[in-house]
Amino acid sequence: MMKKSEQATTLLPGLRHKEAAARPRVGDRIFSKVTLFFALLIVLILAGLLIALNIDAWPAVQKFGLSFLTSVSWDPVREEFGALPAVYGTLLSSLIGLIIAVPVSIGSAVFLSELAPEWLCRPCSFLIEMLAAIPSVIIGLWGLFVMVPFIRNPIEKWLGSSLGFLPFFQGPPFGVGFLSAGIILAIMVIPIITAVSRDVMRAVPITQREAMLALGATRWEMITRAVLPYCRSGLIGAVILGLGRALGETMAVTMVIGNSYNLTPSLFSPGVTIASKVASEFSEASGDLYIGSLIELALVLFGITLLVNIIARLLVWRSISVRGGGE
Amino acid sequence: MMNDLFRPIVTAEAPDKKPALHEPPRCIIKVKDLSAWYGNKIVINDISMGIGKQAITALIGPSGCGKSTFIRCLNRMHEVVEGGRVSGQVLKDGQDIYAPGVDPVDIRRRVGMVFQRASVFPAMSIFNNVASGITLTRFWSRRSDLQDVVERSLRKAALWDEVKDKLDQPGSSLSGGQQQRLCIARAIAIEPEIILMDEPCSALDPISTLKIEELMLEIKKDYTVVIVTHNMQQAARVSDWTGFLLLGELIEYSRTREVFTVPKDKRTEDYITGRFG
Repeated sequence: MMKKSEQATTLLPGLRHKEAAARPRVGDRIFSKVTLFFALLIVLILAGLLIALNIDAWPAVQKFGLSFLTSVSWDPVREEFGALPAVYGTLLSSLIGLIIAVPVSIGSAVFLSELAPEWLCRPCSFLIEMLAAIPSVIIGLWGLFVMVPFIRNPIEKWLGSSLGFLPFFQGPPFGVGFLSAGIILAIMVIPIITAVSRDVMRAVPITQREAMLALGATRWEMITRAVLPYCRSGLIGAVILGLGRALGETMAVTMVIGNSYNLTPSLFSPGVTIASKVASEFSEASGDLYIGSLIELALVLFGITLLVNIIARLLVWRSISVRGGGE
Repeated sequence: MMNDLFRPIVTAEAPDKKPALHEPPRCIIKVKDLSAWYGNKIVINDISMGIGKQAITALIGPSGCGKSTFIRCLNRMHEVVEGGRVSGQVLKDGQDIYAPGVDPVDIRRRVGMVFQRASVFPAMSIFNNVASGITLTRFWSRRSDLQDVVERSLRKAALWDEVKDKLDQPGSSLSGGQQQRLCIARAIAIEPEIILMDEPCSALDPISTLKIEELMLEIKKDYTVVIVTHNMQQAARVSDWTGFLLLGELIEYSRTREVFTVPKDKRTEDYITGRFG
C-alpha cells in the first residue's frame, strides 16, 4: 500500500497535491489569467516607457555624460545643454509650495476631523475636494492674470523692502517667478494633503483621544500629543503625495514661473522647472541632441520623483516599525 | 424578554420599592440624582450613591446597564461623546463637579481613568507614556526631574522590574497585561485622588488579571478606586463596596460581603447566582 502510493508520487510528481486542492472552476481560472495580464501590462508599459526614453535620450547622455546634471547652460544654437537650473527650479518651487501648503493643510485637516461640527465639516470637505478637481490650466490662468499682479505689488515689494537683507528676497519684483510658482503649487497640493491627512486623523482610535483627555489634557494637548503622533506616518505619506504632485505639475507652473533659465537664490526671479522646460520647448526642438536633452531632462524628473517616493516609503516604514504593531 | 423575566420578581418586591442602599461612612464622592443621556436615550436613571474614601467600589451588572457611563460621569468623560448629556450632581469633597465654571480638565487631573482596552500611546516610549500626564501641566521638564515619578509610578503599578531596562522602547512593545499596567502607572503618575477603572481586566489573561487585582489592593492605601467589572468573582475578591446596576438604575449598593452573601434584592441575587446576565 505504502509502496504503491510512493510509486504514484514519483511517477506523477505534484499529482497528489493537485488532487488535494479542489480544482478551480473555469471562470475563476480565466478571471485569474485576465487580471494577471492586466497587471503585467502595467509593468510592460512602465518598462517600455523607460526603454524608449533612454533610447531617445541617448545622444545627450553620450555627449554630456554626468556634466549634464551640473551644467547651467541651455543653448540650442551652440547645442550646449545642462539640467541644473531646471532641477533647482523644480526643487525650489516645490519646496516653497510645501512650506506654504503643509501648515495650512494639516491645520485644516485638524479642524475638519477634530473641531468642526458636522454641518460645517461636510460642505468644507466637499469644497476642498472640489479644489483638487479644478484643471491646472484654469488655475494657471487665474494665477497669471489675478495672482501674479498681486504678488508683484504689494507682496514682493513688501518682502523686498522689509526682508531684503536675505538673498531670497533681493532683486526686482517681476511677479512671475519662483515665488508665484510655489504659491500656485501650494494651492494645487493643499486639497490633496488636506483630504489625506483628514482621513488619516479620523482613523486614530477614539481610545487614544479619551486616554489623553482622561489624563487631564486640553483639546489642543489631545491633538498635538495623542492624535498627531499616532498618525505621523500617515501624515508624512500625505505630504509626500503632495510633493509628488508638486514636482510633476506642468501647466500652471509654466504659466506663472516666467520660463527663464536662471540659477539664482532670489525667489522673485523668473525661472523654470523640469516639467515647464519640457512642456514649453518640445514642439520647437530640432535635432537629436536638443530632443535628447529634453528627454534626458524628463528622465531626471522621473528619477527625482522615484527618489522622493522611496524616501517616503522608508519614512513610513520606519515610523510603523517604531510603533511596533501596537493596537 | 428581560422584562418578562422580572415581572414576577418586581411584584414580589413591590411593598418595599426603595432600593437596598447603604452608604460608606467616609465618602469622597456623593452622587445625587444623577441621570445621563446619549442623545435622547437615557442610560443612567436617577442614581444617588456615595463612594467611600480609600476603598474599592465595584460596579456590576449586565452589559448595557450603564456602569461604564456611570463612572464616565464621575470625571466628566461622558460629555466627550457626541450627544452625551448629564443632569444631577456629583459632589466631590462637597463641590459639584458639574457646577458652572468648573473646568473638566481640572476634574480629570484629580479623577484619573483606566480604560477597558489598554490605550498606550504607541508613538511614545515607556518612559514618556508614564510621564505623559505630568508633562501636560508643565511647559518643559527635564528627564531627571521626571525620573523619580516615573519610577515610583511604575513600581506602584508592579511593572518596574519588567521594564526598568527598556524604558526607551515604545510602549506598544509590551504585552497586553503589561500595557494595561502601564496605563495604570500613567494614571497614578499624575497623583489623582480617585482612579476609575472601566473593565480593566476584560481583555487580559488570568495571570495579568491577578497582578492587576493585587495592584488595586495595593494602591487602595493611597487612592480611591472605582472599578466596573463583568467578573463577579473579581468584584467579590477586591472590592469593599459593591453596587449592582440594572437598566440604568442602581438596584443594590452595600458592603461587598453583604451583596454577595445576603443580597436584599431578588434581582441582585438572580444576577450574582448567574440566572441571567
